[in-house]
Amino acid sequence: MLSAHLPAFIIVLPLMAGPLCVISRHSFISWLIALLINIVVVFMSVAIFFQVSDEGVIRYALGGWAAPTGIEYYIDTLNATLLVLITIISLCTLVYSLPAVDREVAKHRHYLFYTGWMLCLTGLLGIVITGDAFNVFVFLEISSLSMYMLIALGSERRQALMASFRYLMMGSIGASFILIGIGFLYAATGTLNMIGLAESIPNVSDSRTVLVAFSFITLGLLIKAAVFPVYSWLPNAYQYAPTAVTAFLAGTVTKVSLYIFLRFFFQMFGSDYSFGKLLLGEVLLPLSVIGFFVMSLVAVFQTDIRRILAYSSIAQVGYIMAAMSMATHEGVAAAVVHIINHAFVKAALFVAVGCILYRLGNAQVTSMGNLIRLMPWTTSAFIVAGLSLIGVPLTAGFVSKWNLVNAAIDIGWWSIVAMVLISSLLAIVYIGKVIEAFYFQSASEEVSNGNRAIKDPPLMMLIPLWTLIIISVYIGINGSVVVDIANVAAQQLLNGFGVSLETVNTVVTGSSK
Amino acid sequence: MVKGLQQHHRVLQVISKLFIPLILLFAFYVQFHGDFGPGGGFQAGVIFASAFILHGLIFGEGRTRLVMPPYVLRFLMSFGVLLYAGTGLVSIMMGGNYLDHSVLSEDALHGQHWGIFAVELGVGFTVTAVMITLFYCFSSTRP
Repeated sequence: MLSAHLPAFIIVLPLMAGPLCVISRHSFISWLIALLINIVVVFMSVAIFFQVSDEGVIRYALGGWAAPTGIEYYIDTLNATLLVLITIISLCTLVYSLPAVDREVAKHRHYLFYTGWMLCLTGLLGIVITGDAFNVFVFLEISSLSMYMLIALGSERRQALMASFRYLMMGSIGASFILIGIGFLYAATGTLNMIGLAESIPNVSDSRTVLVAFSFITLGLLIKAAVFPVYSWLPNAYQYAPTAVTAFLAGTVTKVSLYIFLRFFFQMFGSDYSFGKLLLGEVLLPLSVIGFFVMSLVAVFQTDIRRILAYSSIAQVGYIMAAMSMATHEGVAAAVVHIINHAFVKAALFVAVGCILYRLGNAQVTSMGNLIRLMPWTTSAFIVAGLSLIGVPLTAGFVSKWNLVNAAIDIGWWSIVAMVLISSLLAIVYIGKVIEAFYFQSASEEVSNGNRAIKDPPLMMLIPLWTLIIISVYIGINGSVVVDIANVAAQQLLNGFGVSLETVNTVVTGSSK
Repeated sequence: MVKGLQQHHRVLQVISKLFIPLILLFAFYVQFHGDFGPGGGFQAGVIFASAFILHGLIFGEGRTRLVMPPYVLRFLMSFGVLLYAGTGLVSIMMGGNYLDHSVLSEDALHGQHWGIFAVELGVGFTVTAVMITLFYCFSSTRP
């Protein structure tokens, strides 16, 4: 009986964990509450995933009100996968956060940290699970507001506050654009349900209202996903947030915005409208290509590892956008594959950097000398994940790049193939720079003076790090796991919802009136 | 100093002492009559908090902190959310969907009534506590 209500529980439990952390007001107890809830949520998301793959799409009517009246949760393969992805990354980074936060955040703010974390998790899961366009905005705000707070808790207080403020400004502009867009859609169609919108948009697609809504939503999502010209909030936020938050943020937040992108433009507006009639691809492709090329180049010249990885993140968003703008089945599948792979890889990289920071106190490339001998487990994890970022065979990155390049070759975009390969060479340079420092640079003065014992961090940090690495390597060796999911997801996205709004009235799960 | 200030604002103090209970009473009216007429948790919470804010403006924030200490507020804030979310869990236990109030009582209409009542009470708690906390944050001289 409870399994029918999993879609509600997976949102409500993290939501309730937030206030419980506040009531406990104790650093360790609030971490324990967050951890327990997170473990439960991981199992729930896996259960939902298998439920979806066995029985097809799940629709859950909140409050027993059927879809056009009430809000419904709509879960197909794509969201079910992302639910698993978000909860696992959250769990790994949360385990890691106990020692890291102890070092980086003032003791009396710990309970606020875990409260914010749980609320952010609620928001992210909510965005992914909901089938209601306005509900997406509400959850987007829940996750963003708690994320601003989490970033502001960073150890370098002044810069963290500025980074958070900058993200707040950009994020609010993005969110309000999305809200305006959804408002216009409501005005044009009279419904907020995604399935309802997908049904009614073709009837009014000539109207200027829908065009304006489309433009606002596009711009808002581009800001939220940190696509090339509007990425300015990202590098500082990644650098100055507490490292656990950075890993969580890098793994999930931009990915969730890209998920909204997929859901709205392929399924709700329909790819014929967005990419056929409005030529969204012609706008996105140049942006994403310049994005991944220029940002990889910028990453080469950074000296702080966190900044290198931040610019590399923007570049990866560029790859995903380029794959989406092909608007073919292969392109969308490649985008989904890269969303999943990059989430694990980037989270692992930032956790590794967090471990280095935990022992070393800074993340400058110049002070990384000789670390391979001092911190072998951490640096080797970094190297494996770094190779994945480049796209070396047997790593997750190879699977994504292979799919991306294949999709581009299929429609004859040879110049894009060339650009992707050149940009991968740049990735070799910026990751190679760090690896070179690990191996060949002599130890920096700070390290050789030995005022702090430099060794591998506690197991509490290493276990989540290697869990993420093992997941990404497994994806690299057995790529079909992710590719199969992505193919199903792409098929569902391109075929529309496949159910009509009216069917909901009869199929209200678990209601007993 | 405090004494002088008090004498200076004698009229305001007497009047506001008269008003604060009335404001609180009106907040309760808006809260509990919200399911029949205009009103509800948000409005009632703000009105309820405004009584404390008035107290803070007239008698000084320090005294209001004695009446309504921050730790109580922190508890109320969280309790409101838990009450709201908990109502939904109760309706799952009674066999309905999340937040399906119809199953809370034998009669669907009564069930909806009870559900909204509990949910709005949660909203009221949280809004009251958040409003007063905001007032403390802005008026506090501590860094």
